[in-house]
Amino acid sequence: MKTLLSRPWIWSFIAALSVWLATIAFTGGASTVGLSQAALTFAAFSVLVGIGQMFVITLGPGNIDLSVPATMTLAGTVSLKYMDGQSGLILHGLAIAVGVGVCVGMLNYALIKALRIPPIIATLSMSFIVQSAAIWTNRGLRIKPPQALADFTTQTSFGIPNIALLALLISVAAWVLLHRTPYGRWIAAIGQSLPAARMAGIAVDGNRFVTYLLCAILAAVCGYLLACFSGGAALNMGSEYLLMSIAVVVIGGTAVAGGNSNVPGIWGASLFMFLVVSMLNTYGLGAGVRLMMTGAIIITVILLASGRTANLR
Amino acid sequence: MTLPMPPAVLEVVNAAVRFGEVRALDGVSLSIHPGECIGLVGHNGAGKSTIVSVINGGLSPQQGEVFSDGTRLAPYGIGVARSRGVRCVFQELSLCPNLSIIENTRIMHRNLGGFGWRKRAAAIILASIDAIFPDHGIDVGGPVGTLSIAQRQMVEIAMAFSDAGQPPRLVILDEPTSSLDAGLAAQLLAHVRRFVANGGAVILISHMLTEILETASRIVVMKDGKIVAERGAGGFDHASLVEAMGSAATHQTAARRAPAANQPVLELTLPKGQPFRACKGEVVGLAGLGGHGQTRLLLALFDRHSPQWWPIRNPAVTFVAGDRRENGIFDLWSILKNMTAASLGDLSRRGFVQDKAEIDRGDEWKVRIDIRTPDMNNPILSLSGGNQQKVLFARALSTRAPVVLMDDPMRGVDVGTKHEVYGMIRAEAEAGRTFVWYSTEMEEMQLCDRVYVFREGAIVAELTGDAISEHNILRASFEGEAA
Amino acid sequence: MRISTDTLRLAVPVASLLLLLAGVFYLQPRAMSYNGLNLLFNLAVPIALATVAQMLIMAVNDLDLSMGTFVSFVACVAATYLHDAPLLGALILLAAIATYAALGVIIYLRNLPSIVVTLGMSFVWAGLAVLILPVPGGTAPEWARAVMISKPPLVPMAIIASALIAVFAHLLIMRSSLGVLIRGVGGNQRSVQRAGWSIIAARASAYALAACFAVAAGICLVGLTTGADANIALRYTLLSIAGVILGGGEFTGGRISPIGAVIGALTLTLAGSFLSFLRISPDWQIGAQGAILIMVLALRLLLNRLESKGGKP
Repeated sequence: MKTLLSRPWIWSFIAALSVWLATIAFTGGASTVGLSQAALTFAAFSVLVGIGQMFVITLGPGNIDLSVPATMTLAGTVSLKYMDGQSGLILHGLAIAVGVGVCVGMLNYALIKALRIPPIIATLSMSFIVQSAAIWTNRGLRIKPPQALADFTTQTSFGIPNIALLALLISVAAWVLLHRTPYGRWIAAIGQSLPAARMAGIAVDGNRFVTYLLCAILAAVCGYLLACFSGGAALNMGSEYLLMSIAVVVIGGTAVAGGNSNVPGIWGASLFMFLVVSMLNTYGLGAGVRLMMTGAIIITVILLASGRTANLR
Repeated sequence: MTLPMPPAVLEVVNAAVRFGEVRALDGVSLSIHPGECIGLVGHNGAGKSTIVSVINGGLSPQQGEVFSDGTRLAPYGIGVARSRGVRCVFQELSLCPNLSIIENTRIMHRNLGGFGWRKRAAAIILASIDAIFPDHGIDVGGPVGTLSIAQRQMVEIAMAFSDAGQPPRLVILDEPTSSLDAGLAAQLLAHVRRFVANGGAVILISHMLTEILETASRIVVMKDGKIVAERGAGGFDHASLVEAMGSAATHQTAARRAPAANQPVLELTLPKGQPFRACKGEVVGLAGLGGHGQTRLLLALFDRHSPQWWPIRNPAVTFVAGDRRENGIFDLWSILKNMTAASLGDLSRRGFVQDKAEIDRGDEWKVRIDIRTPDMNNPILSLSGGNQQKVLFARALSTRAPVVLMDDPMRGVDVGTKHEVYGMIRAEAEAGRTFVWYSTEMEEMQLCDRVYVFREGAIVAELTGDAISEHNILRASFEGEAA
Repeated sequence: MRISTDTLRLAVPVASLLLLLAGVFYLQPRAMSYNGLNLLFNLAVPIALATVAQMLIMAVNDLDLSMGTFVSFVACVAATYLHDAPLLGALILLAAIATYAALGVIIYLRNLPSIVVTLGMSFVWAGLAVLILPVPGGTAPEWARAVMISKPPLVPMAIIASALIAVFAHLLIMRSSLGVLIRGVGGNQRSVQRAGWSIIAARASAYALAACFAVAAGICLVGLTTGADANIALRYTLLSIAGVILGGGEFTGGRISPIGAVIGALTLTLAGSFLSFLRISPDWQIGAQGAILIMVLALRLLLNRLESKGGKP
């Protein structure tokens, strides 16, 4: 029990569980299954972008990818436009989404490296160009996704949403990558101290590049799935995932200062964030309160997390 | 001493400071009286910087008291120290590079505010620079960032001696001449004597023992966080001072071999001065005053041979950092992970790190280099500074790189550890590894097969065998001519 | 030496402003008049104020990603409370300024990443703005309206206001003791601390001053637009950062230029008009802003290279 409590991710799960219970209690248990499935589905999207963002944040202070929402929108728009509702082109569409991610990731790191600017400025500037590209491709048309894909993203297997299963699979892969491969060690080393990592002979540029690439690809795949899930790409579909991707990482127990990341925590945090919003909805509170709560929760968690590391020292 | 001493400007009684496992100060008492220049000497890590931090209020000791003019100061801090006229010139740059010299003067003197402060600040700082370094040619309206290193140091020194209504009474100079040429250094020391003669007090820290012997009225020798000797200036000569500091190196100079006419494994042509070259199995020393291009050469060698984009299996060089906190250890990690960070490629199969191989490697080096810990999975920060440094050595030596670059790696390491590491470097060199070793400690240079002396970014002299001596190195680093 | 580097830093923003102005006059000769200039630069006044605010945060090596939502929040307060109940409105704005000062202190004391904290705060401000003004509307305070639409003889109000802002900010930040202290914290915090200053007070005043400028920006904006909505100034976050950089400021090291920042803001406003005169498709308007930011950063890098080459004999 004590070792369990010392895990940084356990708190996000405890928080998620208590909000879940509070909501269930309010509705009298009427919507238990529906709420849980919805929570798992929407958490899965946050998990997908959150994992990518986590890899980037692991790289150390200042490393944040702000182009995530724009990448999601562009990938969703372009791939749906290409598939044009034909089920035979599902894999092609996926490949195109991944391609969008690869391009954005490469351009992001090219900017960071070539202009030597903080990653957040590079990715922010890039996100404006990507967003424009999405507006230009979208042209306000709403193209329906292929039926098979739409079904896959909205249906469940064994009572668990397919999307959640997919996200679980990717989470496991991310965990293995982070804890079992040299790459995971290297990015954690870079996050703790970039000069020390360089002096230890770690290929710093290569590792950072791969990380930004990975983040953009995960965002693109998430955009592709989200567009299919919601029956078409919308220009603002990524916007709420900007803060969400950062929030789930931070709340999940990953160090904001880098070097120490946490995959299970992202699940707890994603569930928590969705459940808070739906709880506030059930209580009949408006968008303003929801926004404020989201911001307040993030700041509180960062404050608490900083207290934790301060005690360690 | 027949006359009663005036009360001390500042007196530290029985100060003790610990950083984790390291005793930086171990019950040190020191009093500084008006009209005194105290020369403070000791090897790196002897505790000089720590006692300075205690005196200027930047560090509160876990134990000990501070008195001034006979009254106890508690609590003691930076503000109190400054109000008592304590000023300090630090080794690292302590001006704001983005501000002008006038604006820096404003920062240094809190009471300088009010309308027209620029004019007053300019007058104050200009008077001080003029007094210490006549013919300095520095524009006080210009930003600090565009000054040369020597000019910056001049400004910092002038800043410490400047008087904006609160005269300096005790000025601490920590290696003030490290970037000044001989003429400027002489001007500074002359000013120190004038200042002391007018009733001021100075603590002078310097590696240049001649400066200390010529300027100080009392010399305090520190070693391992304690004061080991304290005498009037006449009580020491060069040899007895070196002896009192305790030589860090053993006199195993016989182990040094004449460099074999070997194939060079590493070469680099510098923009000016002699080219650099190192052969297989050689220990090459980089000497000279601090900050004259030695670290830059090491970094250039490292950058040229280390991967940027793609991990390589057989690195050509590996690096042992001296500034552990800045570019050595990964402080969230265990000892084991810190040690294996540079050789993960060797410890992986099919892209996965092999736990068993990693643990075995850790246990092997724990014994070989004697890392004092019950468990290699303990956090790296649980180790003492010396043992952390051993982990960095183990990290470098456990790679397959044939060349080891060392950037003043013995900073803050205790004498015992130093000896163990010296032995290991010799043994590894015998086995065919090449070492390139930058150090500010003369004794360590005498352990090298060949020494390059640096001045102003260039190699100005190459010394081999018995020619490697403190005398020759100092001569070369000051005269800038080949010995 | 000093004159040449400082002049060089200011030369780029001035040159780009004049170049753009020439381009606009060439495309649209009617802009070359009292009313034309007023129209061109009207919206630059609040942007210039927000840019100076961002510059103060950047002076202490932080970055404020909530600038846009904060200005929107202020605009909403100005269009409602400040108009209906001036005393209450003023109190709310004072509380917001105090919040900024507190943020500056917390970020320093707990060693938090300013990016994440301000990103969290951006949601809090956005939520408050939505609560205050759920639908676009409100009325500007008469005095703000009167100042913004006043027509002084010979020189348009927008230009006079910009010049006043530049001079005031210059005196405050480049000439006063407080300004020296704030920039000193950005340049070398440790030495400022060693000289016996309180870093907490310095950072708190930097953040509070920034909030004052941002409040002024929000009130000016409402004075111009007569009404407000919760999303009125979202793009100010990017514009303010870009303006500072364009004006010769740096992300770290306390190197900033208030006059340059105001000119940078004017240039960016003009760039928007220029792009629309060029008939660039509205799809790419956002993207063009991103591209401009990237170009500015590239130019900066080039300039820094030249400078460091010239600096070393």
